[in-house]
Amino acid sequence: MSQVTEVELAKRLMAGDTSAFEPFVEGMQGRLFRFAFANCGQREDAEEVAQETLLKVFESLKQLREPERIRPWVFRIAKNICYMRRRKSIYAPEEELSLDQLMPGFRDDSDGRKLEIADWSHLPEKEAMSAETREMLRKSILELPDIYRHTLLLRDMEELSTEETAEVLAINTDAVKTRLHRARLALRQKMDHRMRMETAAR
Amino acid sequence: MTTMECREIFAQLSEYLDGELPPDVCEQISGHIEDCPPCVEFVESLKKTVGLCKGMAVEVEAAPRPLPEELKARLMAALRQG
Repeated sequence: MSQVTEVELAKRLMAGDTSAFEPFVEGMQGRLFRFAFANCGQREDAEEVAQETLLKVFESLKQLREPERIRPWVFRIAKNICYMRRRKSIYAPEEELSLDQLMPGFRDDSDGRKLEIADWSHLPEKEAMSAETREMLRKSILELPDIYRHTLLLRDMEELSTEETAEVLAINTDAVKTRLHRARLALRQKMDHRMRMETAAR
Repeated sequence: MTTMECREIFAQLSEYLDGELPPDVCEQISGHIEDCPPCVEFVESLKKTVGLCKGMAVEVEAAPRPLPEELKARLMAALRQG
């Protein structure tokens, strides 16, 4: 569901047009489930987060003054519900990541410096990923500290704008950009590590 | 990834990939990367990481079960009351 459609449906709902109900609920449920699943790692939890969010959204929809802000508004509610549920994360410690720790390692060869990273050439650019890759991705995302995981999921998976993401997370747009970059680098590093472990185990 | 210039570029790679940098900075970075095999390799892995995240949005496995009718009724009631 594109942003225009979500905004349009929200406007119609707020104006009392009930024919917008089904498409709005269905589209939002899908997005909220996806976000919550990637965020907390459990299907059941994710379904509950999506349902709880929808309920909160409908209970306070009239308070949303600007329907244009429906996406950040909804995701902010969802993020808070996720946060309450996994306050004590067993996966991800709360920590700031520095650029230095996200740099790849390298080794000196006779023909120059070489990166010590996995072979990424077999991974798809755009087409569907294998079940194995998806599992690796899911686990790696869950290991990211909360502030980075939220930014990454909102920007790269849900494709919210930098401004919308800033609104969801209550931070400025520069902080969103910094976090997004570190989140991507950290995810790349975790994926890389997993791929190298797999290669070594073969 | 191995020189000072690589390190400077490393800090701006997301903005570079998202096309958010001024054209002159962007050109400078492209110019460096073209001649730097470690940077090519690293940028490729970062690009794929971002691509995989975007790809998650269309994965069929990430679909929830339909909403219970009882919840839909509650949502509709909340909407009417609101």
